Amino acid sequence: MKKTKQLFAGLTLLASSQQGAQADYPLNLMSGITKVSNHIYDLHMLILWICVFIGIAVFGTMFYSIFHHRKSKGHKAAQFHENTTVEIIWTIIPTLILVAMAIPATKAVIELDDVQDSEMSIKVTGRQWYWDYQYLDNGIKFESHLDEASEKAHRLANGNPHSVPHYLLNVDNPLVVPVNKKIRFVFTAADVIHSWWVPDLGWKKDANPGFINEAWTLVPKAGTYRGQCTELCGRDHGFMPIVVVAMEQPDYDAWVKKTLAKQEEPVDLADLSREDLMSKGASVYLKNCVSCHQINGSGITGTYPALTASPKVIGPIDPLIGFIQAGTSRMPAFSKLKDDQLAALLTYIRNAPELGNSVGDEIQPKVITPVYND
Amino acid sequence: MSAVVAEHDHHHDDHDHGPAKGILRWIITTNHKDIGTLYLLFALAMFFVGGSMAMIIRAELFEPGMQFVDPQFFNSMTTMHALVMVFGAVMPAFVGLANWMIPMMIGAPDMALPRMNNMSFWLLVAGVLMLASTLFMEGGAPAGGWTLYPPLVLQTGKAFPFAVFSVHLLGISSIMGAINIIATILNMRAPAMTLMKMPLFVWTWLITGFLLIAIMPVFAGAVTMLLTDKFFHTSFFDAAGGGDPVLYQHIFWFFGHPEVYVMILPTFGVASTIIPVFARKPLFGYSSMVYATASIAFLSFIVWAHHMFTVGMPLAGELYFMYATMLIAIPTGVKVFNWTATMWKGSMTFETPMLFSIAFVVLFTLGGFTGLMMSIAPVDFQYHDTYFIVAHFHYTLVPASIFILMAAGYYWLPKWTGHMYNEKIGQLHFWLSTISVNILFFPQHFLGLAGMPRRIPDYAIQFADWNMISSIGGFIFGASQLLFLYIVIDTIRGGTGEKVTDEVWEDAHKHGLEWTLPSPVPYHTFTTPPTVIPTEHI
Repeated sequence: MKKTKQLFAGLTLLASSQQGAQADYPLNLMSGITKVSNHIYDLHMLILWICVFIGIAVFGTMFYSIFHHRKSKGHKAAQFHENTTVEIIWTIIPTLILVAMAIPATKAVIELDDVQDSEMSIKVTGRQWYWDYQYLDNGIKFESHLDEASEKAHRLANGNPHSVPHYLLNVDNPLVVPVNKKIRFVFTAADVIHSWWVPDLGWKKDANPGFINEAWTLVPKAGTYRGQCTELCGRDHGFMPIVVVAMEQPDYDAWVKKTLAKQEEPVDLADLSREDLMSKGASVYLKNCVSCHQINGSGITGTYPALTASPKVIGPIDPLIGFIQAGTSRMPAFSKLKDDQLAALLTYIRNAPELGNSVGDEIQPKVITPVYND
Repeated sequence: MSAVVAEHDHHHDDHDHGPAKGILRWIITTNHKDIGTLYLLFALAMFFVGGSMAMIIRAELFEPGMQFVDPQFFNSMTTMHALVMVFGAVMPAFVGLANWMIPMMIGAPDMALPRMNNMSFWLLVAGVLMLASTLFMEGGAPAGGWTLYPPLVLQTGKAFPFAVFSVHLLGISSIMGAINIIATILNMRAPAMTLMKMPLFVWTWLITGFLLIAIMPVFAGAVTMLLTDKFFHTSFFDAAGGGDPVLYQHIFWFFGHPEVYVMILPTFGVASTIIPVFARKPLFGYSSMVYATASIAFLSFIVWAHHMFTVGMPLAGELYFMYATMLIAIPTGVKVFNWTATMWKGSMTFETPMLFSIAFVVLFTLGGFTGLMMSIAPVDFQYHDTYFIVAHFHYTLVPASIFILMAAGYYWLPKWTGHMYNEKIGQLHFWLSTISVNILFFPQHFLGLAGMPRRIPDYAIQFADWNMISSIGGFIFGASQLLFLYIVIDTIRGGTGEKVTDEVWEDAHKHGLEWTLPSPVPYHTFTTPPTVIPTEHI
């Protein structure tokens, strides 16, 4: 019933104006926030109107003909079948229109391509299935995963996407940039091809494994801008969004200071309570493991092994640590996990009722001995 | 502009060279009409298989959140839907039409290479069955998109080599079909049928045949390189070994762009055949139609990288591919203007084939407009890989190629079967299809512009409402096609019972040789070439 009402509302809106309904029935390209995105929007509108104009002329002629030149109205068919003048005219006019369109389009291509004189550089690495950001000027680096609320809402059978703010468009660590600085992005990928798109910035760029692509932006005003991966990159392609937070320079400087300090903090090897281990472990699991082993630990038959009751998972911990840190031919190495994260993860996968395991132990950070270290 | 019904000196009740009996007739047949029928029925079956996959896609996208399928299976569905529709439905359907109609249109007794004709059909079946079998393999069917981009496609499970081999089979089948069509057109025309008197459908297929011969080996080469990268440690597309994943995209789209014209040029040909008959006028600008088709075919080879504007090309590359792509608008525009001028001051009637053809001209033009928009490279930096693209190519395939295939079915079924289809149900099918196809695809323009990427199984809440409307349109469209299935079966079994005349449509014999033959058309036709050919179409 609700659906019917929604549909009815949608059709009504289609027929009438879209006043006040922009959020639910978006129609047009957004003009975005940068100079480039505005130029692209203007080009889009120019071409759109040219097409609308041509469409009215062609379809108008056709429908006039359909209404008047029909046999049921007794119209007798003329027998002309060529007219060189007309044919030359309708070849030349489109050519002129195309030339007129090519000029602003060329300008915009050149503008997009010009990465020179940038004030800072950020390296973006696409991975299955998250983004990896590295600030080349100050050494900040972090991963940016889909936020936990969206992760749970799309993975759990009873998940409710409507209750999640910015469902599928939110991340744990957004990319933070300063306003009014020309930023150069360099793109690459670790596994397959990804594509980094924030519509408000006006462009997307592919991240190709083994190669570097460049693009640039200059964000004129502070705010949060969202986008998604736009090159099919495997099972969780739809679940690796992008969030860019633009800050005024002082705020940005403070963020850099805070982030660097946190990055250099040594790993805290203090014992944690069982609750803390489990909740931290769940969060590590959601970011790193859930895509393959699934939210209930069932894996995918024939593709990804189940964790539930797996002898490797509930067996002795040293081989398990080595296994996770070194990876296998099928599983990537997770040597990036810090000792405290790994300890929490181990506790979680061995004891989480939702994964169907209950070894009944707690693994503390200090018992982790590096089996493999990069 | 005169036409004379050709005389036939053979007896229609002569069964000496009739078809074999039973199932063997269809397996060993070398008759162009039988093979045409096989192709068309196979294509129709695959249309429903590929359509069912689309229904799964639209069901999952009905609401935000994951309801029915796993994301990996969703990706398999988008991949297989495209491959089945392109290689199993649209291309074979046009080959079926070519088999049936080209000999009858040029006054030839059969195709030039009848045994190869049989083999190319059965290779097609083998190829498509092998492709379909990957759905049941460990690791699932290919899920990297129909473009099979590496490195992603190399992550396919056990299905990978089977998918590659099925592409090889489909390629061999297409090339054999193309050779046969070209050989037939160039060698088997009735003496009076000069090239510039051929119906447009024959012309477009002649050009399409050359496109196929040029591109299918390229695709076969590209997938073979994938195969050796995966199993023989080559590094064509692996940067770690000195290769480049983007190289694959260049090779693929050198095939892929002409490939989309393989699906649209014969569409143009059928439209140019049907519209004049129901406008009761000669086709406007016959020779410019031929030249426009040839220009489009030529341009299709030099614009491939417009599928890759965001892949990271040098500035000069971006500009060149933008300009070259924009040029396609000119010959395509000429075609649309010519069809409009053909209708102008005609004496039109609106039977189902004409309705589908008019809808084709209008809706294909919409797809052409969005194509022009995305030829502008900087704007494509926004459009690329969004639902705007999905809307664009579905407009140029569904209400264009598929609608014209429907039109062709309604147009020629009475000739093939000798029975008239039910016009009321035909028109119902038309209106349901036309309305629902727009409910299905038009909102996808909005979704793409609003920022929804393609090939995602789940989406943000702001895309929910348009997606639901689009899905509803999809379900109505899918269900409406069952009407077509009904009509085809009904017509074969007797239709309205009305006895159709030889020309079926008023004065159609002035437009094409096939209408000078009896209805239903005998098993063997034009055993001696016709001496006088209709010229209303030129």
